[in-house]
Amino acid sequence: MAAVLAALVGFYELYHWVWASAGWTWPFPVDDTSMPHVWVILHALWQPAQVNQPALGTILFHKSLFTAKEAAAGFALGAVVGFGLGVVLVHSRLLTRGFLPYIVASQTIPILAIAPMVVVWVNPKLPGSLQGWGSVAVIAAYLTFFPVAINTLRGLQSADPRALDLMRTYAAGRWTVLWKLRVPTSLPYVFSALKIAATASVVGAIIGELPSGLQSGLGGAILNFNQYYSIEPQELWATNIVAAILGIVFFVAVVSAEKVAVRRAPENVG
Amino acid sequence: MSVVELKAVTKTFPRGNVTALENIDLALEPGEFVSLIGPSGCGKSTLLRVIGDLIEPSSGSVTVNGKSARQARADRDYGIVFQDAVLFDWRTVAKNIALPLELLGWDRAKRRERVERMLSLVELTGFADHHPWQLSGGMQQRVAIARALAFEPALLLMDEPFGALDEMTRERLNLELLSIWQQLSSTVVFVTHSISEAVFLSTRVVVMSPRPGRIAGIVPIDLPRPRSVETREAPRYFELVTQVRELLRQRGEHLLPEEEARIAE
Repeated sequence: MAAVLAALVGFYELYHWVWASAGWTWPFPVDDTSMPHVWVILHALWQPAQVNQPALGTILFHKSLFTAKEAAAGFALGAVVGFGLGVVLVHSRLLTRGFLPYIVASQTIPILAIAPMVVVWVNPKLPGSLQGWGSVAVIAAYLTFFPVAINTLRGLQSADPRALDLMRTYAAGRWTVLWKLRVPTSLPYVFSALKIAATASVVGAIIGELPSGLQSGLGGAILNFNQYYSIEPQELWATNIVAAILGIVFFVAVVSAEKVAVRRAPENVG
Repeated sequence: MSVVELKAVTKTFPRGNVTALENIDLALEPGEFVSLIGPSGCGKSTLLRVIGDLIEPSSGSVTVNGKSARQARADRDYGIVFQDAVLFDWRTVAKNIALPLELLGWDRAKRRERVERMLSLVELTGFADHHPWQLSGGMQQRVAIARALAFEPALLLMDEPFGALDEMTRERLNLELLSIWQQLSSTVVFVTHSISEAVFLSTRVVVMSPRPGRIAGIVPIDLPRPRSVETREAPRYFELVTQVRELLRQRGEHLLPEEEARIAE
């Protein structure tokens, strides 16, 4: 993994050097603004972005904690709603046929178009401690519930028909079949979805911050550094790197949880 | 009282207008080991599923332990073993066997004690904490048998339980099954493709013919018990195998060639 990272950094710098020295302008002109050097970006993390402020890295660390809080709450909310939808839909073909098209349609609307409405609708209803970031969590949940719902449904449906027959011979009720058979069968599917949801929740939180006018998170920082890009591009780049690291942390957390929760034949792990 | 009593049972599947079973009358006495044998499409698995209330007959009545099949299923009167073990991957061997006991609400101590007894019955002591994928096919099927018998059901339904196993494993498991059956004195309904297996195990062999599924004849097996490796070499064994084969032949004039070959095995 470290080797791949080194190769990517090497490729980035090589591209920069080749394009800059040859003067190529396709697909875009390369200079220290369009592609700042890696060491410039990393160095920026140790420098204050403005006078009399702590280092950019420290600020971004605190901002990423704020965004992480939104993303984690959104992830949890989306996972619970998605899982619940899957459980309801697996028990009713009628509901599945009625609701699934709308669930799919919900994801065709750009999140940026939904976000301001969510802020307007949700924020006034929230108690003081949830003000602001709570509505961003809802926006993140909007992105995360979908893969979880779809995969949960698929996973719950994938129970072996003979295993369902077996449960029938035990005169097992619907809930027993759900907890003893369907849910364990669905876990690999659910975790595939949670991996997608983990990174989507971070993206959702960052995008959700933009129309909310929140300055405490990475979204606010991105909006801010965007305006100064032509002067100090390395600050936006550094922010992007921090955002990427946050997404990776979420992803790794889900993978670790999966290793604990899913016990399967080695060849079935995927 | 019969453990299982079928009266004029008929099953038609509306799709394709198939008559899987036609006018089946059969009664099983307590402690019997009855095999259902016949070519593919003769309805033997359908008959087993009707007894277990996994499908409903189109007409006729099914009585299990003096109750309707539905009530018998609700009362957990029978255990079932399929061709594949159908074990739960995420559970250990011990927890797979304990599954029906959990559903019956047994407490942990009682479950553990019973699971240990079942493990020694199917000679898998020491494999309690293994996962299914770590076991061979034969061992998995023994776990499935232990699971089916764990709550001591009066009736054991087996749908080609050894059909996916090699001949050597199959013969060894036949012997093991007989010894388990004798220890627990439950009634067994055993679906199979194999004439030799049916004759070796059973007290009676029910020969079925296809399209529509009917009982072609019933062969009582009077081989002495306990049966052993020598049983398969006894002259009477060969007579009975021939008798079953003849019954299958007579009724099988309209069989497809591959089915013919299968029965002749």
